[in-house]
Amino acid sequence: MDWWDFLLVVIRVVGVFVFLLTTVVFLVWIERKVIADMQNRLGPMRAGPHGVLQTVADGLKLFFKEQITPAKSEFLIYMLAPALSVVTAFLMFLVVPFARPIEFALGGELRTFTFQAMDLNVGVLYVLAISSIAVYAIVLAGWSSGSKYPLLGGVRATAQAISYEAAMGLSLVALIMFIAVQNRGANVMSMAAIVDFQAGTYGATEGIFSFLNPIITRVPKWFILPQVIPFIIFAIAGVAETNRAPFDLVEAEQELVAGFHTEYSGMRFAMFFLAEYVNMFTMSALMVTLFFGGWGGPFLDSIALNVGPWVATLVSFGYFMAKVFVFIFMYIWIRASLPRLRYDQLMELGWKRLIPGALLWLVASSLALAIRQFGLPWT
Amino acid sequence: MTEIVLFGIFGTVAIAGALSVILARNPIYSALGLMSTMFSLAVFYIMHLGHFVAAIQIIVYTGAVMTLFLFVIMLIGVDRSEDTAEQLPNQRRIVVGLGLTIAITTVVLTVGQNFKWVTAPGSGPANWDANAEATNGTIQAIGRVLFGADGAERTAGWALPFEVVSLLLIVAAVGAIALAFFRPLRKVEINPTETD
Repeated sequence: MDWWDFLLVVIRVVGVFVFLLTTVVFLVWIERKVIADMQNRLGPMRAGPHGVLQTVADGLKLFFKEQITPAKSEFLIYMLAPALSVVTAFLMFLVVPFARPIEFALGGELRTFTFQAMDLNVGVLYVLAISSIAVYAIVLAGWSSGSKYPLLGGVRATAQAISYEAAMGLSLVALIMFIAVQNRGANVMSMAAIVDFQAGTYGATEGIFSFLNPIITRVPKWFILPQVIPFIIFAIAGVAETNRAPFDLVEAEQELVAGFHTEYSGMRFAMFFLAEYVNMFTMSALMVTLFFGGWGGPFLDSIALNVGPWVATLVSFGYFMAKVFVFIFMYIWIRASLPRLRYDQLMELGWKRLIPGALLWLVASSLALAIRQFGLPWT
Repeated sequence: MTEIVLFGIFGTVAIAGALSVILARNPIYSALGLMSTMFSLAVFYIMHLGHFVAAIQIIVYTGAVMTLFLFVIMLIGVDRSEDTAEQLPNQRRIVVGLGLTIAITTVVLTVGQNFKWVTAPGSGPANWDANAEATNGTIQAIGRVLFGADGAERTAGWALPFEVVSLLLIVAAVGAIALAFFRPLRKVEINPTETD
């Protein structure tokens, strides 16, 4: 590792940071516009064309607002909680690959530049680990405010996080087993490798289904097809993990004022806001990476060969963003159309539907994999 | 060099966290102290190339267990005054005795140098190599050791011992459920005719 490598790492990390910040600005605007459209309103229209700059204006405003500190708060933790929420939100995106890697010569050496801040061999586990730390921000914010509504929000957040983390982890076990059986000894939990496994399309089959070959050979090898149930569970648990509607019990306006961030104002509130949108983007990006082929898409290799690798990287980034924004639109759509779950409904969905469902699928999926590998027990 | 710096920082954090568990007045600060200790342990694992164990350490202990602790503390009520009367007789003397035993054993074993780590086949300090994948704690290496594909030939691996250990946890969980489940029955028996 020489200085050039060090510089590339710094560029990657700073690049991801700036990329997420700018995306959040647009994300907030998109959410307001889409919800306004669904509710037959115009939404923000004043700042910039169609109100694009509204988020910038709001952000600047929050910079200059007074930061209130309640008299009964535990000041140190009250200060640290918003920072913790932002840090974990940004940390989680670090393992997501968002464009095709590119090779170029630098300092007299051919280097591969990956568009991913770091590739860990425990990538999937890292995501689960960071998301399990992220709940502390909400719990501690709720407790340290020294007020009853935030405390209730914090307690709710804990119970919700524990229930839905289990479902999320269990759904990913089946996926990882599926990948591991197909790619023996490979680095199955690294995000970059997971994207690579999903490259290409299914091969042609023989036998009675061979007349379908024109379709089959055009279907991409995304993990959504064999592992659709884990995807559904992961998507639901992902919405619950980011505390978005209809699982936003931690900030239920009708019951808890604003939940865990009731006592926060100014930039400290803005940090929670930023973290929520970064988390939403990261969750969508994770769904795309794990189940929808990440930055992969048609014609990438031929573009790299005929037009140029930089163009292929740009196109792959376009694929990635297009897929991610489909899920972000779904997030917004769900928020605009579904009412909030009651607390017992939330717990019932988590413990009685998602976790047993994930376990059943895990058993069924491993049985299918075992039969495919070793044959039926009586043959 | 990096290892010494990291050990200095996170070792201090770990000890400070552990001290705050017993010294803090507020149970929430105790829980936070324990959490930072667990997190520092995960950093130590990463320093020793145990990536998998580090991730699991954070998911299980820092994430799940400590979140449950916080949940219970908040549910019972943060401000409830603590019962300072000691329930166990002679517990201070027993603790001092046990602590001294552990300390003396550690000193004897380390000074005497007749202490041997039990390691999985193909790993351990004897054939340590930071660059070889097989000897560090990546998930592939752990999988190979666990399912016995570590050397040239297939061995029994460590899957069975691992499952036996997990049985211990299940027994504990079943015991906890049994304790919680059968307690209300006794209360009913005490005053069966009180309702009218």
